[in-house]
Amino acid sequence: MAIATTSRRTFLRLSGIGSAGIAASQLSGLGFNTAFAAKRAATRKLEGTKQTASICPYCAVGCGTMVASKRDDRTGAVRIVNIEGNADTPHSTGSLCPKGAATFQLAVNDLRVTRVMRRKPNATDWDDEEISYDAALDRIAELVSKTREETFVEREPGTGKLINQTTGIFALGGSTNDNEENYVLAKVARMMGIVRIENQARI
Amino acid sequence: MQFSDWIVFMGSNMAECHPVGFKWPMKAKANGATLIHVDPRFTRTSAMCDMYVPIRSGTDIVFLGGLVNYILSEKKYFLEFMINYTNAATLINADFKDTEEGDGFFSGYDAKTRTYSNATWQYQRGPAPARVPEAPAGAQGQSVKGVNFAQLIANRLPGVPKEDRSLQDPNTVFQILKKHYARYTPEMVERISGTPKELFLKVAQVITENSGRDKTGVFTYAVGWTQHTTGVQLIRTAGLIQLLLGNVGRPGSGIKALRGHAQVQGATDISTLYNAHPGYLNTPNARRAHDTLRDYILTETQPTSFWSNTPAYVVSQLKAWFGEAATADNDYGYDWLPKITGDHSHLPTFVEMSEGKIKGMILTGQNPATSINSTFQRNAMRNLEWLVVLDLYETESAAFWKAVAGSDPAKVATEVWFMPAAHIAEKDGTMTQTSRMIQWHDKAADPPGQARSDLYFWYALGKKLKARYASSTATKDLAIKHMTLDYDPDPADVAEWKHKDEPSALRIFKEINGYEVATGNVLNTFGALTADGKTAAGAWIYTGALQLIDGKVVNRARMTPGKNDGWVSPSWGWAWPGNRKQLYNRASADPDGNPWSERKKYTYWDATAKTWKNVGGDGIDFAPTKAPGAAANPTGIGIAFHSGRDPFILKTDGKGWLFAPVGTVDGPIPTHYEPWESPVKNLLYKQDRNPVAKFWDVTGNKYNEFGGVQFPHVITTYRLTEHHLSGAMTRWLPWLAELMPDLFVEMPPELADEKGIANGDFVTVTTERGSTEARALVTRRLRPLTVDGKRVYQIGMPWHWGYMGIATGDVANNMTSLVADPNVTIHEAKAFTADIRKGRAR
Amino acid sequence: MATATKGMFVDTTLCTGCKACQVACKQWNELPMDDETAVREHRAFTANSYDNTGHLSASNWRHVKFVEQFSEDRVDARWLMMSDSCKHCEQAGCLEVCPTGALYRTQHGSVDIHQDVCIGCRYCVGACPFGVIDYNQRTGRVNKCILCQDRLEDSQGTACAKACPTSSLTFGNVDDLKAMAAERVRALHARGQTDAYIYGWDLGNRGTITQGPNKGAAVADMEVVGGLNVFYLLLDKPEVYSLPSSPQLPQRNMNPSAGVALISAAVLGVTGLAAFRRRRMEAVAASSEVSS
Repeated sequence: MAIATTSRRTFLRLSGIGSAGIAASQLSGLGFNTAFAAKRAATRKLEGTKQTASICPYCAVGCGTMVASKRDDRTGAVRIVNIEGNADTPHSTGSLCPKGAATFQLAVNDLRVTRVMRRKPNATDWDDEEISYDAALDRIAELVSKTREETFVEREPGTGKLINQTTGIFALGGSTNDNEENYVLAKVARMMGIVRIENQARI
Repeated sequence: MQFSDWIVFMGSNMAECHPVGFKWPMKAKANGATLIHVDPRFTRTSAMCDMYVPIRSGTDIVFLGGLVNYILSEKKYFLEFMINYTNAATLINADFKDTEEGDGFFSGYDAKTRTYSNATWQYQRGPAPARVPEAPAGAQGQSVKGVNFAQLIANRLPGVPKEDRSLQDPNTVFQILKKHYARYTPEMVERISGTPKELFLKVAQVITENSGRDKTGVFTYAVGWTQHTTGVQLIRTAGLIQLLLGNVGRPGSGIKALRGHAQVQGATDISTLYNAHPGYLNTPNARRAHDTLRDYILTETQPTSFWSNTPAYVVSQLKAWFGEAATADNDYGYDWLPKITGDHSHLPTFVEMSEGKIKGMILTGQNPATSINSTFQRNAMRNLEWLVVLDLYETESAAFWKAVAGSDPAKVATEVWFMPAAHIAEKDGTMTQTSRMIQWHDKAADPPGQARSDLYFWYALGKKLKARYASSTATKDLAIKHMTLDYDPDPADVAEWKHKDEPSALRIFKEINGYEVATGNVLNTFGALTADGKTAAGAWIYTGALQLIDGKVVNRARMTPGKNDGWVSPSWGWAWPGNRKQLYNRASADPDGNPWSERKKYTYWDATAKTWKNVGGDGIDFAPTKAPGAAANPTGIGIAFHSGRDPFILKTDGKGWLFAPVGTVDGPIPTHYEPWESPVKNLLYKQDRNPVAKFWDVTGNKYNEFGGVQFPHVITTYRLTEHHLSGAMTRWLPWLAELMPDLFVEMPPELADEKGIANGDFVTVTTERGSTEARALVTRRLRPLTVDGKRVYQIGMPWHWGYMGIATGDVANNMTSLVADPNVTIHEAKAFTADIRKGRAR
Repeated sequence: MATATKGMFVDTTLCTGCKACQVACKQWNELPMDDETAVREHRAFTANSYDNTGHLSASNWRHVKFVEQFSEDRVDARWLMMSDSCKHCEQAGCLEVCPTGALYRTQHGSVDIHQDVCIGCRYCVGACPFGVIDYNQRTGRVNKCILCQDRLEDSQGTACAKACPTSSLTFGNVDDLKAMAAERVRALHARGQTDAYIYGWDLGNRGTITQGPNKGAAVADMEVVGGLNVFYLLLDKPEVYSLPSSPQLPQRNMNPSAGVALISAAVLGVTGLAAFRRRRMEAVAASSEVSS
């Protein structure tokens, strides 16, 4: 799926701690531990990463990004290591703005919510209880279906026109989604009779 | 844009809001182009421009109308372009009355309903072709069986529009425009907009002297033009200028819309908007003649433009949605679809929510708790029975019930679900950027924890809902029952990933693109779509993004670097329609098909090969072998009705419309009205405000008194480079939070002195809707304006803040109101009134 | 193995002040926020134009400056922006005073910090005439821009220059960049922008300031501390950009036996040097005429 793989990059991992570009002999005379530098060289930032072309998710210029990712041996999941501009992109030529340059931090961030959360009616905080994504979806399907049945109008009062409209549900959002997501969103919502479908293009 | 000779940024702060795109104007500048920024504030864009031109927010139509007047009265138009490619010479119904006669009203206004009838705005036409008798329409559900649409459409051909190419007839569009804009003089521009006359005239000179055969220029706008009660007409005014100057369809020309969100273009194309199905097909509407599929198709099909192909697009879409269940015997399932019964857009829906009529809401990456009149919207949300939020962070909307949002949680009975979403690098799919280019992106990583893509959410939810109605026989459940929903992935494609049940974005993209029903083969062009159920396509405009080449499916939306890519890089992504990057590019050649000039050569007629060619490899936005000399056929359907000299194939007469007989509900020509809230009266007409603007006279949405003294300052809201929209994607990021940590209000020192405000002070800005606390940023980048002899201060606030995240702050939208453009229901947040005082809000 | 000296040309006339360089630097080098508590407690807003990070620091190796020059009647109106970082000086004061060799000249001609070797003595902090180096409270060592040393070793340019949307930052061989800069100044002068000149090297340009409080004053290219490998095209006096007009290396300020002076400073502690840095920056700030 990735367009390029760089298994043997000579990038170094720095963490703002400096470089291994200094000869060990220069250091030994000063009595510093050269083994530390050698160890650091093994944590090269992009070594073993896969490079995948992607797109900046902020404004609509659609700048190209290059995502470096790597399998985390501990969890088995593939994690993002670095995101920078994709120099092949004709309209952005590798540049990014500060938001685009921060795309990495949008993904890899301690504040990102990665668990399903439920807030019960009138509760002052989210539930602590763990709940599976699927169980949450079951409940959401139940809510959607219930409200549809409560607010569905098959024929418009007065005109008698066939309108098949679920009046009580609003699907809002879409300007941050992929086209395929919007397509499925609108398809599922419309087939449920939902006509209140809107996104940020309007506001 | 790098090929432009002038660029006017107006209603856009491109350097700040589209910083990477801004590299191309900078290239144009290095090539000698003149860059002009017309804006209420001196911004980072102004700093890069050759000229900064101040203007009062909400008076753009006066400024642009002034340019139209300058072009017409000084005869600066590009005559050959204007007379051949626009409707300047077309004759309008003699009963048409202009706003000059109606003191701010066009003919056709009904004061009771606050709407216009456009009957008097129509073209004068010759006789229509003879009609042939039609077989009676079939019953509902059987209305298109055996119907020959071509015949029905031919039967609806209008007569040929009448013209006076001498432009002398007072009913020509040219004469109507001249009269309409005659009072939009440089002096009037200065009086209303506060723009010094000399600066205005300098702009007029730059754009007229640098347009024509050899030179072209471009207007660049964003929501600074759309978020007005006159937004649509405002953009049309720039369209008038560009059509008069010959700046359409040519290299370095046009009007560039800079969209704010990554997917505002895509979410409009593959619409998640109430009024459109994917591919800009209007949603079936109980208020229009849409009762049966036949009615719908005949109402929506324009007999004399490219839209004459509408039947194929509609039927193919129904086939994509309902698959085998869609047949000619059941009108392809048309009757199962919901119909709209009014304006169901964002603002009116929130008004309904405030009345308790909306019980459930699913938010897919949107944050209404900080949106227009946010107090009103947050209050409305408290009426919800349930709310589902799909996002990466706990947005203000996800937390609307918390004390930090001003709620008493014990009194909010809403059941709320937060479904953690995936980052763009954690999923496959396409996005369509602002120049209609679709780009495919591959998944690079697994989403963390329980996070899933929005695609999975909607797919899995759809499956569960389908299961609920699988055995129903009720007519109301047929849509969900028969909806196709099979996008399970090829196991090999998900082998490397954590989630093996992630739906295949490629399979969905194929459904959008379209395929032949019998073979499942993808279709290479929308020309292959048919109205007989043999093809399926979710959105005709995207047909051809996937192509069958030598038996293999090629994803043209892939980001493939090309060699010798030329001007438009045709191999990188795929621009709809048909990979045409410059629309209406037939206009880049003169009527005979020759380039207007060597310097601006683009699409041209190759008389030897008898075909149109393009120097940059761009798609031809015209019938590819229709000769420039081809005559119009008064009995021809679609673009056959146009001649070889008519570049605007989506228009019913093939011309660029200086005058719009249909399509706009607030008049055929742009006219200045003051913003809904303004400190001054309309100096041009007795009618102050757009007479058909949408407003909501409901509790919690009180408007400031028009021209009142309580809220004397003009205020505008905007974005910064360092944050994005409501901040939901930026104020949680340490690297961005520190760059712009707090909400501020920009104001000129003259106002600060009057109010005793020092730079950095806490200040409170108020309107009838509420107040917002911010820090003062006192700067000479803002300046007092003189409007009709009166000093007017403008202040401005970015609207990125809210109560969640690392960098928190008050919500600027506490102050805005629900009031909107009548055509598209986009609110007016770029120009309203407010007061400001020193000190904290609460 | 010596290679051509690498550096950056900073053309301030192309800077839109977007701060992409600041973030790209933090992204690649994985630098934290300067002071999260200050942001959360609403103490981070400076009200100084669009600059809220203020200065270079251990966690901001790049910093964008904003200078608003508007006359009362707004006839003169310009907003100057400049992306600043370590200049990788030809005669680098920091490198000369470093007692351990932690600061060293790389094969690319840049000045890198070997973190393992840094003892946090902070001599370099006071020795830098530009206030670039900062003591990192978290690590007990010093930090600054290292010209993306690891990227250079992979023949990649700096992260900041790659991100820059408008090519205000250009990475390359310093010799090539000088030629490019000379060409750029000529082009600007030809267009009437006669205030353009080079800070860092003397390429022979002379001009006159066209706008702002220093309007009419003469400007000329200036070589700074033997040449700056990250050098600037400016439109106003260096002080306007908080750059020293005649930066001095510390050993020349102190006494001929710099080493002795520094060792005694070490004995006395580092507060003196930190104060020296502060005084230097205050002096620069005081001499800059920035209208608001």
